Amino acid sequence: MSTDTLDIDRTRGDFSYPEQHTFDAGTGLTHDTIDYISGVKGEPDWIREFRHKALDTFLAKPMPTHWASHDLENIVFKNIRYYLANAQKPKRSWDDVSEDEKRTFERLGIPEQERRFLAGVEAQFDSEAVYSNIKAAVGEQGVIFCGSTEGLKEHPEIFRKWFGKVIPTGDNKFSALNSAVFSGGSFIYVPPGVKVKHPLQAYFRINAENFGQFERTLIIADEGSEVMYMEGCTAPKFETATLHSAVVELVAMKGAKIQYITVQNWSANVFNLVTKRAIAHEEAEVKWIDCNIGSRLTMKYPGVILKGRKARGEVISIALAGDGQHQDTGAKMVHAADETTSNIVSKSISLGTGRATYRGLVHIPKHLKGCKNNTECDALLINSTARTDTYPAITVRGTGNSSQHEASVSQISAEQIFYMMSRGLTEAQAMSLSVNGFVNDLVRQFPMEYSVELKRLIDLEMEGSVG
Amino acid sequence: MNALEIKDLHVSIGDKEIIRGLTLTVPRGEVHAIMGPNGSGKSTLSKAIGGHPDYVVTSGTVRLDGVNILDMAADARARAGLFLAFQYPMEIPGVSNANFIRAALQARLPDGEELEATDFYAQLYAEMDKLEMSRTFTARSVNEGFSGGEKKRNEILQMAMLKPKYAILDETDSGLDIDALRIVSAGVNAQRGPGLGALVITHYQRLLDYIVPDHVHVMVEGRIVRTGGKELALELEEKGYDFIKESLTTV
Ligand SMILES: Nc1ncnc2c1ncn2[C@@H]1O[C@H](COP(=O)(O)OP(=O)(O)O)[C@@H](O)[C@H]1O
Ligand SMILES: [Mg+2]
Repeated sequence: MSTDTLDIDRTRGDFSYPEQHTFDAGTGLTHDTIDYISGVKGEPDWIREFRHKALDTFLAKPMPTHWASHDLENIVFKNIRYYLANAQKPKRSWDDVSEDEKRTFERLGIPEQERRFLAGVEAQFDSEAVYSNIKAAVGEQGVIFCGSTEGLKEHPEIFRKWFGKVIPTGDNKFSALNSAVFSGGSFIYVPPGVKVKHPLQAYFRINAENFGQFERTLIIADEGSEVMYMEGCTAPKFETATLHSAVVELVAMKGAKIQYITVQNWSANVFNLVTKRAIAHEEAEVKWIDCNIGSRLTMKYPGVILKGRKARGEVISIALAGDGQHQDTGAKMVHAADETTSNIVSKSISLGTGRATYRGLVHIPKHLKGCKNNTECDALLINSTARTDTYPAITVRGTGNSSQHEASVSQISAEQIFYMMSRGLTEAQAMSLSVNGFVNDLVRQFPMEYSVELKRLIDLEMEGSVG
Repeated sequence: MNALEIKDLHVSIGDKEIIRGLTLTVPRGEVHAIMGPNGSGKSTLSKAIGGHPDYVVTSGTVRLDGVNILDMAADARARAGLFLAFQYPMEIPGVSNANFIRAALQARLPDGEELEATDFYAQLYAEMDKLEMSRTFTARSVNEGFSGGEKKRNEILQMAMLKPKYAILDETDSGLDIDALRIVSAGVNAQRGPGLGALVITHYQRLLDYIVPDHVHVMVEGRIVRTGGKELALELEEKGYDFIKESLTTV
């Protein structure tokens, strides 16, 4: 197809190839599903047991609809397929990846980005990575970058120590679900003092209908090391609901720095229910940059447990709730040591009937000294039916601790749009420019490639929302 | 005909008729002034011609070089060669002035054609120099935190960059001190020529000492009630709008 230019396809992931899966756990979730997944993956017993226990926890836990959206009740767990894959081991060369899978990632621009600016790439297609590679120079520094299955089998001494420790199975219903059926995701270990210059990237692609993707990522940055990880996600637009429920655990040891960047562009049928949390040890820094575009319902509150003295945590998030979408996002900062600091900046845009909710949790207990938090949430409404809610739960106790909180709601007025149109910009261009202006100060902190991508996604979303 | 032609125009906001049968022709190459008391409908006229969706044209026509523009959205009118300098320019947070003007120029290019950045900046800086605007205004958000005078200069800057065939300048003099008035007027005068038809709206005669019009129209209650040469402005200044209103009632 000559129309398959990268320009068009990278921005909208709305295409799919016919499915043909060698491994298929069938529809619905029982203990047999777990045995199937664990069996085909050839996992050790400890992880099989971990999964079975997690399934029990999942089944026992109620939906969190006492505080969250009732739309969650529309997920029909028995209609979902929990594991679909063609092979167990990812390829090290794009030449060995099957034609459809390779074409998918080419259309999304991944191999090109890899050549241009990445230290390593993992490309997941439904349940498993089809491609995984790390630049030789980075591997030689002792950096481990592989999938979760390979991580738990090949590096159990590091993996087991932290897996499920930052986010326990029972943290919430969806972390339990992920713990039961997880597959794919990244395992990264950066040895002490190693600074990975270029970003490592994972791309999560859903191709199949009625499917659930449950990747599991664990990143450990050892003392004084630095790493930047970026993830992208897309899925085609199906009539039926698709579920994406990941668990991401980060561990920053003393003085380490982790930056985790997400730019997701889910289609409007995806339930995106993700648990992300980090532990920052003494003088470590963890920064989550989270851009949520698309999906039917996203619930995601990246967090940092500030465990060591002078640890720093940051969450910078942008959420765009288009017509019919609900972005329920926020941040959690748990201060657990003296002189820890945290910063939360959240910007949301609601258009049409889209709804953006900010939920924050900042906890500074009484016995700590010299802790600081800054929280800023700004919401932009694009027309009157859109809504936005803010639930900032900030508990700051103790005399030497402080928190600063600012919130604003603004609107793009009809007069502003008219002014811009009177210069020759279409309504969609005027809205895009205004929205990009609203998030501009945050986007400036992103790596170039990602800010260009985000701008493009915003433009597309605005084009779709007018006339 | 190469002109902005307004014929028997009626404009309502909600159910209130503001422009009540207005006819006026501005040929390309000429500068016309509209003077009128506050509330006479001058801004309403300019926004209706610009295509503001709240200003409903109930009858009449507006043609740009013979083409009826009333069915076009505001952006299409602009790309057809119309420019509005606003009485109250809007602020656009987070969008730099340079990017805004660049996007507006880009919107005029055919699909797939990319604006040449070097030429663009060279031109932008040259026009800013003429308006005595500091370079810092390229990076600042459009009109955000600008003084009244800076906003007006910025309107004229956009006009210079977009090179319209017809421009409507709505009270560009309001809020300007004498120095700013001189600079802004020089900016407009520099754009005068056979390629531009301008409609300069003002409440005061003062502006017309700097931008000398070819014709002056007096607007009262949504209609043009008198038309004359530039001396009409002086007469108005001397006798006031009440004089015109009185002469209307006695006719
Ligand atoms: N957006 C609006 N909504 C309601 N009335 C308006 C609006 N804009 C202008 N008007 C009314 O229309 C009349 C003309 O206003 P305007 O065009 O601003 O006059 P001018 O520019 O000559 O001072 C005034 O009575 C004003 O109150
Ligand atoms: Mg006015």
